Amino acid sequence: MSKTSTRDAAFFRETMLPPEPPPIREAGAVKWLRENLFSGPVNTLLTVLGLAIIWFLVSHFWDWFAHSVWNADSLAQCREIIAATWGEGARGACFAVIRERWHQYMFGFYPPSLYWRPLLAFGLLMVALAPILFSETQQIRRIVLVATTVATLLFMQVLGVPTAAFLLSAIVMIGATILAERHAGWLLIFSALYPLIGVFLLWGGTLWAPLMVLAGIGLGWLGWRLVGIVSPMLAVVAGILVTLIWWIGFTGEAAGDLQNLLPLGITSVQSEKFGGFLLAITIGVAGIALSLPIGIILALARRSDMFLVTSLAVIFIEFIRGVPLISLLFVASLLLNYFLPPGTDFDIILRVIIMVTVFAAAYMAEVIRGGLAALPKGQYEAADSLGLDYWKAQRLIILPQALKISIPGIVSTFIGMFKDTTLVTFVGLFDPLKGISDFVRANFAWKGIYWEPFIFTGAIFFIICFSMSRYSMYLERRLQRDNR
Amino acid sequence: MTDAPLPADQPFRVSMLVYDRRYRSMTFQVIVFILVMAVAWWLVNNTIQNLAAQGKDFNFGFLFQRAGYDIPQTSIPYNSDDWHLRATIVGLLNTIIVSVLGCVAATILGVSIGVARLSKNWLFARLMTIYVETFRNIPLLLWILIIYALFTEIMPPPNAYRGEDPAWSKILFDQVALTNRYTAIPALGMTNDPGTLDLGARITVNWAVIAFLVAIIGGWFIRGAILDRAQAIQDRTGIRPTTWWINLAVMTVPSLLLIWYFGLHLLAPELKGFNFAGGINLGNAFVVLWLALTLYTGAFIAEIVRAGILSVSHGQSEAAFALGLRPNRTMNLVILPQALRVIIPPLISQYLNLMKNSSLAIAVGYMDLRGTLGGTTLNQTGRELESIVLMMLIYLILSLMISGGMNVFNSRVKLKER
Repeated sequence: MSKTSTRDAAFFRETMLPPEPPPIREAGAVKWLRENLFSGPVNTLLTVLGLAIIWFLVSHFWDWFAHSVWNADSLAQCREIIAATWGEGARGACFAVIRERWHQYMFGFYPPSLYWRPLLAFGLLMVALAPILFSETQQIRRIVLVATTVATLLFMQVLGVPTAAFLLSAIVMIGATILAERHAGWLLIFSALYPLIGVFLLWGGTLWAPLMVLAGIGLGWLGWRLVGIVSPMLAVVAGILVTLIWWIGFTGEAAGDLQNLLPLGITSVQSEKFGGFLLAITIGVAGIALSLPIGIILALARRSDMFLVTSLAVIFIEFIRGVPLISLLFVASLLLNYFLPPGTDFDIILRVIIMVTVFAAAYMAEVIRGGLAALPKGQYEAADSLGLDYWKAQRLIILPQALKISIPGIVSTFIGMFKDTTLVTFVGLFDPLKGISDFVRANFAWKGIYWEPFIFTGAIFFIICFSMSRYSMYLERRLQRDNR
Repeated sequence: MTDAPLPADQPFRVSMLVYDRRYRSMTFQVIVFILVMAVAWWLVNNTIQNLAAQGKDFNFGFLFQRAGYDIPQTSIPYNSDDWHLRATIVGLLNTIIVSVLGCVAATILGVSIGVARLSKNWLFARLMTIYVETFRNIPLLLWILIIYALFTEIMPPPNAYRGEDPAWSKILFDQVALTNRYTAIPALGMTNDPGTLDLGARITVNWAVIAFLVAIIGGWFIRGAILDRAQAIQDRTGIRPTTWWINLAVMTVPSLLLIWYFGLHLLAPELKGFNFAGGINLGNAFVVLWLALTLYTGAFIAEIVRAGILSVSHGQSEAAFALGLRPNRTMNLVILPQALRVIIPPLISQYLNLMKNSSLAIAVGYMDLRGTLGGTTLNQTGRELESIVLMMLIYLILSLMISGGMNVFNSRVKLKER
């Protein structure tokens, strides 16, 4: 081998060449297109198929959307406007029905002068949920609360609620926002009180009723303290018993008497007036709030080592999961009167909520049982070896982890339940999809209008359900404690 | 949890029922038992009182009375002179038919979409994502109503197919006609009809159906035997004999021969008078319900399939390739068995959901179990309690059968651990 050095070579480069730009087909949009859309015959075929689907949808629906009419009194007038503007035979959407009837899709037959109450209830719901759902940082909570306040007040302004009610709502909402800024912990107390506030705002009636329900809790606490002197275990039983006896036996009468003595309350609204998304959200929120604790108890019962408790839980869960929700709703509307003492007749919405809750709780129990089963056995043994009793172990070690594992399942159960609230239409309630739409179509002016209400209600359901599923993904990431 | 044994000389005290772990669970169970019994007694007692107050009793005798109503679509002969019991069975069969067809179609759709979502094609994968998210996040009831409106509002009356130059024409090789009341599909005709087998209760089965069933099931078993033999030869000699064409022949030739022997052919629906005849006219209620259940459940199944395939780690397919397995054998022997373990349990619950959701037939008036027993029969006889209890029991039995059957299948594919 000859010795060659750079010195002997005829030519050598002393500076680095600047990099050449990649060939045109390997860069930029062309590269992306080649890799993602036309990388092979099958891929190209799929792209063409996809474009064909898009073309089909656009060509069929674009002019219908583009020709939409927002200002009209009836479907016939819509058609006239469309024919006048785009020529005879043109198709077009008649969203005027949404413009005219949107408040019915939202509130059903709730008295228009009282719209501020469900709006305020919904705004306060967000406030009550803030410490539970949006507790990540002060900033997220602030954004959520301010947005809720602004949205609530804006809606009230649009709906033209009475000035006094508007001012009251503004004070309450802004007060809650400030409270969250100053003493975030106090919001939890508000969250605990929210069920009473929400029910009071929605159904109205005497203020004494929620106060008497609160009094029941107070009496239960008193009983717990008094019996607690004798035996701590009996104290819990005594507290619960006192509360239940007060609620079942005396709350109604006491509230009635006090109302006679000192009338205090707001206009009461009957359940028949509820409809649209107000009904769906009321049933959905109540069902969600109630089914989670019941589901946890059922899941624990099913995994308990007491034979009787386990078998009762299994029978209950499998029975509820084995029948369609519609049959349970029929039980609520037709059979509940048979099962209760003669003469009892309570609210149909309450009956439906009970059945929806029972239905969702059975599913929830199975989801949570999955989470409990997925937890490594070492966690249970660690809790035992620390000497924790059953409830402490569940509360401090098992459930926080098991619930975290089951978040996707829990949220998808919630979504399913919210979608299932539309089935209440078959027991004569006015759900937004069918009940209200049928009612709107029953009017001669809107006879034969199908697609616009479907699109409107479908879009709202989509937004709510989709954001719930995105929230569960966010929650999953937030609660991820292990490093991956 | 084991408890330290107590000193033997400690006598039993009442307080030990609460404070001693050995007795506490017993005490608790006794209390729960008493409570449950009390509530049950209370409910039953209320029911007895309420029934007595209305002058009713609890018996199922109404099932043996004349039904007096017609059912548009029946799979066994039925007329309004039959008992309510037969109407119930017709409804149950309708529920089963729409559920089974829905499950089959939803599985095919869901698997295709689930795989398509994983495709490298950006556009197609996005489109499939939009499909899945749209159908999963909007109530099934809305889909049923939308598809029903499509059929009743957009589809033409049968006479649109009339004339030299009709406004509408039949689709799928001139075999299927969509109208606003029914969908006309071709019927099966035979030139060499072997007659029917009478099962009693006016239920008959054509011998040709039995022959096909025997041919297919027999073919399946013979295929299993051939595969077993191939496996045995492979174990002994290391060479696997080619079996695919024998299997294909075993599975198809008998059926083809039967088709030739019976002279099986399609009878396309033809417009006669005001309606289509010659084929089968499927009521739109059925078609709509089936389509909606398929599209809705298909979206859920697509997600399950996607998650199942993604759950198999990449290392598995790399290991299979490293062993020299070809791509299709990698799929069959490595990926699918592992993905199926993840897919099957949620798939079962989707089938159950579909079966239960078929009760939404109420929205389109398809006469399923809810429509007959829980609908017209209930209204005519006024027996709410018996009808709904019986209906729930039947649904419960169906659910338990599906989940039981699928659990057996699941236990066969699941990972065999030590």
